[in-house]
Amino acid sequence: MIRFLIQRTFGMIVTMFFVSIMVFVIMELPPGDYAERYAFRKYSDSGIQFTETDLQNLRHELGLDRPAWQRYLTWIGGIVLRGDFGQAFAFETSVTNVIGQRVWLSLAILFSTLIVTYLIAIPVGIYAAVHRGSASDYTLTVFSYLGLALPNFLLALILLYISVTVFDSTVGGLFSPTYADAPWSWAKFVDLLKHLYVPAIVLAWSATAFQLQTVRATMLDEINKLSVTAARARGVPEWKVLLKYPARLAINPVVSTVSFDMNRIFSELPIVALVLALPELGELLIKSYLDLDMFVAGAILLLLTFMIVFMNFISDIALALLDPRIKLEGG
Amino acid sequence: MSTSSDVMTPSPAVTTAAASQEAIQYYSATQWQLVWWRFRRHRLALAGGFVLLVMGLVGTFGGFFAPYAGLTRNTEYLLGPPQIPQFWDANGFSLRPFVHGVTTARDPVTLRLKPTIDPEVRRYLQFFVEGDEYELLGIFPTTRHLFGVDQGTVHLFGTDDLGRDLFSRTLFATRTSLSIGILGVFIAFVLALVIGGMAGYFGGWLDYGIQRLTEIVRVIPVIPLYMGLAAAFPREWSTTQVYFAMTLILGLVGWPTLARRIRGQLLTLREEDYVVAARIAGSTDFRIIFRHLLPAFASYIIVDLVISFPYMILSETALSFVGLGLRPPEMSWGILLQDAQNIRAIEQAPWLFIPAAFVVIAVLSFTILGDGLRDAADPYAVSGNKE
Repeated sequence: MIRFLIQRTFGMIVTMFFVSIMVFVIMELPPGDYAERYAFRKYSDSGIQFTETDLQNLRHELGLDRPAWQRYLTWIGGIVLRGDFGQAFAFETSVTNVIGQRVWLSLAILFSTLIVTYLIAIPVGIYAAVHRGSASDYTLTVFSYLGLALPNFLLALILLYISVTVFDSTVGGLFSPTYADAPWSWAKFVDLLKHLYVPAIVLAWSATAFQLQTVRATMLDEINKLSVTAARARGVPEWKVLLKYPARLAINPVVSTVSFDMNRIFSELPIVALVLALPELGELLIKSYLDLDMFVAGAILLLLTFMIVFMNFISDIALALLDPRIKLEGG
Repeated sequence: MSTSSDVMTPSPAVTTAAASQEAIQYYSATQWQLVWWRFRRHRLALAGGFVLLVMGLVGTFGGFFAPYAGLTRNTEYLLGPPQIPQFWDANGFSLRPFVHGVTTARDPVTLRLKPTIDPEVRRYLQFFVEGDEYELLGIFPTTRHLFGVDQGTVHLFGTDDLGRDLFSRTLFATRTSLSIGILGVFIAFVLALVIGGMAGYFGGWLDYGIQRLTEIVRVIPVIPLYMGLAAAFPREWSTTQVYFAMTLILGLVGWPTLARRIRGQLLTLREEDYVVAARIAGSTDFRIIFRHLLPAFASYIIVDLVISFPYMILSETALSFVGLGLRPPEMSWGILLQDAQNIRAIEQAPWLFIPAAFVVIAVLSFTILGDGLRDAADPYAVSGNKE
């Protein structure tokens, strides 16, 4: 087990290393460099003339005249050693300050989405497999199609429209105005939970549709196995048969694809967050892309990916514990 | 058991002349005929294909079906609701469909220009009318449109805040969104064929390296990753440049999944006896790949291409929707939906939502069509049996 853990940890670090290089490349892509944008933003309205020499000095000051690999090392070194993600020039503060609380809000949205997804997908998927070919099974298939065809941000817009026209209230945001800037308290936490269910349902929409089909397919494979027939022949009650043999195995693909679900959720999160005005990382990511505030964008991209890679690590371990058929030595 | 329309493996018990005729037909059919026979039975998939065909035609001849040019402004009818052609009103019945006339007046309270419908005035629909000039298929300049009204205007889907006809804009957007999807799929396919093909055919360290690389790319959330590339488009690029850059991004979104499938297929196929025989006979790698391997899994590739369409269309819509994809004045589904981005807009003008229906229908059709094709292309599926 320890060898397995070390292997996986090592794999995680290697993956993150390559991811960080890709993120750095993306940060370097926009035309013009940081110094020009910085100068433009800071002095464009002030009337101060900014000469080419000033620009060169600024470049030197910011270390932009050094080769790319040195800048990469400085950037990644700051993150790994000091948790320093660089400067967010649109906000004129450090990236860590800007991101701060948003990380936890993103995680809150992520986990509530995952919970909603699995609470629906697993039982309903099992139900659909058991009642295969019935009217409810077909209805669920249609819903699964819609899960892909109706993108989450459109679903969010539709919910917004319904809430505004029918209920005369909005479903956007994560906090009521009273709590938005208040320090953390129990009341604020309760307020957050009250707002969390809308983004959770919206984001769970397509993830549920996919997982439902996975659970249903695995159940269908397992339900005809001899072990199930044998259990039935022994007179084990039907619900117990289902839970003990096929359902137990149908969970495994779900566990092993948690990181895929996270990937899908994070992929859709920015746009949904923009529509629902959620103050979290995805929304900030889009804003910083539009502002070309690449240090913020890079930090967010790196964090989101790290969460996925870490979850992949956890799910590998969970799977090794859950499924006795997996041999640890093989890696 | 077997009817004439069924495509079934004839059971040995059936010995009538008709049945053996059918058997001859079945056994002498080409692969593509078999696929078509199986696909024909899939009603839903046929319907999906038909919808897409109609969308494609409407998109291709968008200028003809649209009564106005996409950027023509009707300042008399800003943010006006849809005008639905009707056959009768309080003044009686008319065989020719008509819409009511519109007058613009200032709202006494808000002082905003507000279109009001005048039920006394009828504007009759006319067909093959003269209108804004456009280029049919991008080549032939013409002014002929499918329909229009004699005087005044007709806006089937209403207008946006600048008074542009949403129906016409949706048709032009259909053309952009579908064509960008097709180009994106094509680029993804070429990338996947080259990269996945090399990995699968040559194997070894090349395969290992490419596999690790795809895994790492797949870890990063797709849309945020490629938004980063889109954000880097210089502001001064023309809409055409952005358009082609977008197809490239969509191709990058799609290739890893396709490459993985192609690699898997090649890995199993290259050990087949006929491939080994070809190699011993001295065929070049190029000949083996294109003469022996590609035809063997062409049907799978086509299915995968159809299935990857929805992702392309959704990615384009999502990127353009947040302002990181195509840019106005280009028209695409995502750009049209930008107008419906905030609560105020959809509260005032819910019809701005109509392009969303096109996105949903297109994606749904592609998914259903892809499922039908997959069932039809599977050589192990028992013909005539739905499972």
